[in-house]
Amino acid sequence: MAVTPRGLVLALVAAALVLLAGGAGANDLHRFDNPALQTRYDDLTATLRCPKCENQAIGDSNSPIAGDMRGYVARALARGDSDDDIRQAMVARFGDYVLYRPRLEWRTIALWAGPGVVVLLGLLAIGALIRSRRGERVEALNREERQRLETLLSRHQSPDDQDRSHQ
Amino acid sequence: MKKRYWLFVPLMLFVVLALLLWQGLGRDPSTRDSALLEKPFPAFSLTTLEDPDRVVDASLLEGQVTLVNVWGEWCPTCKREMPQLLALKERGVHLVGVDYKDTREKGRAFLDEFGNPFALNIFDPEGGLGFDLGVYGAPESFVVDAKGNIRYHHTGYITPEDIDDVIMPEIERWQ
Repeated sequence: MAVTPRGLVLALVAAALVLLAGGAGANDLHRFDNPALQTRYDDLTATLRCPKCENQAIGDSNSPIAGDMRGYVARALARGDSDDDIRQAMVARFGDYVLYRPRLEWRTIALWAGPGVVVLLGLLAIGALIRSRRGERVEALNREERQRLETLLSRHQSPDDQDRSHQ
Repeated sequence: MKKRYWLFVPLMLFVVLALLLWQGLGRDPSTRDSALLEKPFPAFSLTTLEDPDRVVDASLLEGQVTLVNVWGEWCPTCKREMPQLLALKERGVHLVGVDYKDTREKGRAFLDEFGNPFALNIFDPEGGLGFDLGVYGAPESFVVDAKGNIRYHHTGYITPEDIDDVIMPEIERWQ
């Protein structure tokens, strides 16, 4: 069978579509009739991290444990648990690891405040640098210095300029 | 010349951060401390693999230090782990199995083929107990003290070296 360029393009497009479909999420995402519950489900499954698969949300992973966790989220939402209840239940079982957004508490304060503190320190350092430079003034040259500068400049200038003028 | 030691501060900060991150690189990302350490074994009410009419609960684990091992017939690593569990039983360790997400026939056939080191097996076909234990893959093992509190969580396979290096010391520690 001859492979036409058009056939090749079509095959590539088909392959890309298959890959995209595979990356779009897990196979058995729950569907709620209630749009508010659906939004909360989508948000929770996107921000809870699968404990087995290192860096995938449970909504993206096809690993069995991610499926169990999605099932728990769906059942808990249906029975009226709050988002915090659900996150808390997951942390109680799998540890802080499952939260993509760590909670704000004393233990995680460095995590949350760290970047701000670093930016602040940088700004302070820049400020201090500017202030210390502001005091420096360039003194005008006195007559002796000016003369010396001119002799130095003239001594250097001449051969160079002559070279150039010959070209 | 003015001594401007503070110019080295950014370099120091960089070195400290680099050391911190370097040390983090060497850590195994697949193991981490269990969230259940120091907590009571989760409540459950399940039948045993051996007897579908016998219902057991968490009080089963009170009275002696127990090594609870979560396994399943579908789990290839569990097969490689069985010789270590049998050796632990030989050394007097009290073992209870959790047959996780399995069928009774397959679970029983597994024990017939690879040996049965367990005093009994809790049958958890839906994986509900495993979920409450924070199990995210079999095999996983827990050391439970005589009061029914979880003291140690071993994620993954118990290697032959782990028997003396990790498991026996943990068992003895909580006696």
